[in-house]
Amino acid sequence: MPDALPPLAALARRGPLDRASPVPGVTLAPPMRRVALHGDMSFYAGIPLPRTPLRAALSDETAILWLGPEEWLVLAPACDNVVPGNGSVVDVSHRQVGLHIEGYRAETLLNAACPLDLDLDAFPVGACTRTVFGKAQITLWRRDAALFHLEVARSFAGYVHALLREAALEFGAG
Amino acid sequence: MKFTFDGRPYEARRGDTLAAALIRNGVHLMGRSFKYHRPRGVLAAGAEEPNALVEIDRGGARRTPNLRATVVEVFDGMVARSQNRTPSLRFDVGAVNDLLAPFLPPGFYYKTFMWPIGAWAKLYEPLIRRAAGLGRAPDLPDTDRYTQRFAHCDVLVIGAGPAGLAAAAEAAAAGMRVMLCDEQAEFGGSLLSDPAAAAGLHETLAALFANPRATMLCRTTAFGIYGDNLVGLAERVTDHLPDPDPALPRERLWQVRAKRIVVAAGAIERPLVFPGNDRPGIMLGDAARIFATRYGANPGRNAVVVTACDTGADVARDLAASGVRIARVIDLREGFRVTGTSGRLRVSFIGIERGGAREKIPCDLVAMCGGWTPSIHLYSQARGKPRFDAALGAFVPDTEVSNLICVGACAGDMPGAYRAGIAPVSSEGRAFVDFQNDVTAKDLELATREGFRSIEHVKRYTTTGMATDQGKTSNINALGIVAGALGATIPEIGLTTFRTPYTPVTFGTLAGHSRGDLFDPVRTTPMHQLAVAAGAVFEDVGTWKRARYFPRAAEDMHMAVARECRMVRDSVGMFDATTLGEIEVVGADAAEFMNRVYINAWTRLAPGRCRYGVMLGENGFVMDDGVVGRLAPDRFHVTTTTGGAARVLAAMEDYRQTEWPELRVWLTSVSEQWAVIAVQGPRAREALLPLVDGLDISAAVMPHMSVVEGTFLGIEMRLFRVSFSGEMGFEVNVPADYGHAAWEAISARVGACQGGLYGTEAMHVLRAEKGFIIVGQETDGTATPDDVGLAWAIGKAKPDFIGKRSLTRSGMSGPRRQLVGLRTDDPATVLEEGAQITATTDDNRPLGHVTSAYGGATVGHSIALAMIESGRDRLGATLQVRMPGRAIAVRVTAPVFYDPEGARLDA
Repeated sequence: MPDALPPLAALARRGPLDRASPVPGVTLAPPMRRVALHGDMSFYAGIPLPRTPLRAALSDETAILWLGPEEWLVLAPACDNVVPGNGSVVDVSHRQVGLHIEGYRAETLLNAACPLDLDLDAFPVGACTRTVFGKAQITLWRRDAALFHLEVARSFAGYVHALLREAALEFGAG
Repeated sequence: MKFTFDGRPYEARRGDTLAAALIRNGVHLMGRSFKYHRPRGVLAAGAEEPNALVEIDRGGARRTPNLRATVVEVFDGMVARSQNRTPSLRFDVGAVNDLLAPFLPPGFYYKTFMWPIGAWAKLYEPLIRRAAGLGRAPDLPDTDRYTQRFAHCDVLVIGAGPAGLAAAAEAAAAGMRVMLCDEQAEFGGSLLSDPAAAAGLHETLAALFANPRATMLCRTTAFGIYGDNLVGLAERVTDHLPDPDPALPRERLWQVRAKRIVVAAGAIERPLVFPGNDRPGIMLGDAARIFATRYGANPGRNAVVVTACDTGADVARDLAASGVRIARVIDLREGFRVTGTSGRLRVSFIGIERGGAREKIPCDLVAMCGGWTPSIHLYSQARGKPRFDAALGAFVPDTEVSNLICVGACAGDMPGAYRAGIAPVSSEGRAFVDFQNDVTAKDLELATREGFRSIEHVKRYTTTGMATDQGKTSNINALGIVAGALGATIPEIGLTTFRTPYTPVTFGTLAGHSRGDLFDPVRTTPMHQLAVAAGAVFEDVGTWKRARYFPRAAEDMHMAVARECRMVRDSVGMFDATTLGEIEVVGADAAEFMNRVYINAWTRLAPGRCRYGVMLGENGFVMDDGVVGRLAPDRFHVTTTTGGAARVLAAMEDYRQTEWPELRVWLTSVSEQWAVIAVQGPRAREALLPLVDGLDISAAVMPHMSVVEGTFLGIEMRLFRVSFSGEMGFEVNVPADYGHAAWEAISARVGACQGGLYGTEAMHVLRAEKGFIIVGQETDGTATPDDVGLAWAIGKAKPDFIGKRSLTRSGMSGPRRQLVGLRTDDPATVLEEGAQITATTDDNRPLGHVTSAYGGATVGHSIALAMIESGRDRLGATLQVRMPGRAIAVRVTAPVFYDPEGARLDA
């Protein structure tokens, strides 16, 4: 039996955008606990689930996004554990990458490749939905008037980030 | 500002179009026509221009052909060139076509290039290709950037003339989100050539620009209307700038979803059809006026105005006010007829006749006022049906289009002076209708004599309206001539279809960001950088990059793959299996759901065990496969093929929601959650043992086809005991962010066990030696489970599963193509995948084809899998694989070449 190896957790996690060059107005969200919820549920970890279609509930550091009938996405601090529930509760923390798109040009930048109407009247603070950014599927949530949280599957993160960089170029990168 | 045209330097004023600047410099000869190479000047002053097509050269790849000089804005240092002439615009040898014109009637191509057949490829096609097209296409990759933007608004106003501006101002005042676009460099449309309108225009624009809810887009052409009020706008961002900021895109595509569309596209003046109406210096009356008043570029000193309506008087008045001498205003309504013109490179005389009295009038400018055609292009694209307005001599919007209105001149809303009806035509001699494609009135009459009745056929036969200007100035005149020749009315002749784009749009604008690395997402696994560092050669699998093999110094692919295969068979290899699709199926009815989706029986699969699952389409044919692990009574971890991941999840979700809503089961894609590292080979257990934190992975506790949740150096892990290689094998699943570190840890252990990395190519060879199929390679959408030897997987006691009923249809059993192995006499001969197989070399009836073929790294001979008619009845038979010029004899074998008992799997 060889010597005991150091635990892997001691090594740094590696995300798909660790080495990506920065894009003005775009920041990488920290690692998160992401949980996909399905089923006839009312609460997750004591937080009431939002019942209004395409709206997110924010409770302390935990956001819960309504994505479909009986379907939610939980975005919680990375240290939170997954709490079982009545239905399907699946940990998808590593499935996605979060990006924050911030600033008065956030809507314009997103509309380079996202066909949704992001006007505040049409997509108010708290709105969330699955949509596309170019050829990638994303989940978009408006945290604030000028702050969007974008979730993208990790293997599409490089593409989405590079497309944001290309679209941001005309606003003066760097 | 300075610019050059065909190498000669000229001066321009700020705001000039190239046409205006050339005219001010006395240059009227700007192009050569397509077919006859006739010398041509401008006909129009706007986007409808058919003649003055030029090339703008910004150096290197930035060379754009076929631009209309009437819309190109001059910038300081611009280099412009004429086209379709050799060696020069003034002397063009192609003009010999003009002398041959009597022998080049419409349909000349169809009539001439018929025989001998052999001359087509060698003579005619190269000749036609050389003659085709006007400009030179750039031959270097486009170095400019193009961007795209989606937008929404309450009202999109297309055209910023008086009607469009009024509509935009009103909508903006009502608090609506407004977008206003205009193809010109400045807003104002016809107001720009009316000095009296300047103050009012300035005031309206100031209010709109100050409104934060209004988006103002000049140099922006609305080129197409698509479903549900989606409008395509092409914005030219930097073409007018001498030295554009490289951060700016050259052009921007706007895809605008508008609640309401206001089309205020205006109207286009029509030329008059008379002999010799195409010489430089003969232009539309309104164009002459625009050059004189808006640009201060008098298009001549001595003008004759020929008119079919009252606007001729206005043109004469405005030209005179600009200092042009008006030699004569000839009103065709007074019985005059134009008999011809003269002047080689510029008009010098115009001949007229009335009541037998002929006269030649010297002039250097002929202004033609043939009436006005409303620009109903966008209305028509939006499925509006126009009606013919005889007074106007043009089609105007008629049927309603929801949420779209036409206003101003494009709605036919024009003063009486503009109403010319269909102007009289003098078709003797060469009276041009379509200027760019050189279609004359006689050509159209000839087409009708040759039997063409429909305007769509006449158009294709004569090419009228088919040039880059799409007949903006010519279509109504052509209709009038065809109607006259057939003795029919214009509504009876009909109208050709208006298609997108309104004016040419660059490929760059349409492609936008989707070029190079952004053409498609490039998906990589969490271990990608490690594979790169290990020298992997990658292959594209869908949008994924997968490591195909890892060559060492001097190894070619064959050698590398052979080494990787032997390594797996002899010691241990590791492989990145992250790209496989993974779905977590959770809920009280999860097993029942699985029973319905897969052909296999799942109810009695114990938690902790795995099963190879096969999924059919409703047609009974194999759709996907993969190993499924049962983690708990209500939780399955399903794997799919890499390519089938999204499709399989979508199909499952479709059934779940629409067919079986009563089942308490839910699906979650976890493909991207897990990094998956396959460790395969007789020393796989030894390699993994120190990494799994004391987990018992002995054969007794963790046999082939089992799954366990544990930890990997302290990190959450799902460990599968599965094999796609035929050796003892594990698949380590760790959360994706830890894939990199886990790969490094396993790599060190695998190295210590004399193992290493292998890629997809070795994986393919290893599985083929075992006769494991790949869905999409052995199957082609017409293979039943039995065809590929998987009938054993069918849960016979199940009442139903997707595709079950189709399996009982006639033709789904009996003599079908079945999976077999093939051996060649020469062990070194590798068959070709896709090659057809027959019984003998005399018999050409295909029995099947080779689906997989490899050198066979460990079995000592080449191997192949094939789908062959009644293949299992032919075991031992010799068949022929037909290759170009020869045949290869093969012996039919069972499809398993290696360890047929499967003893190595259970080690």
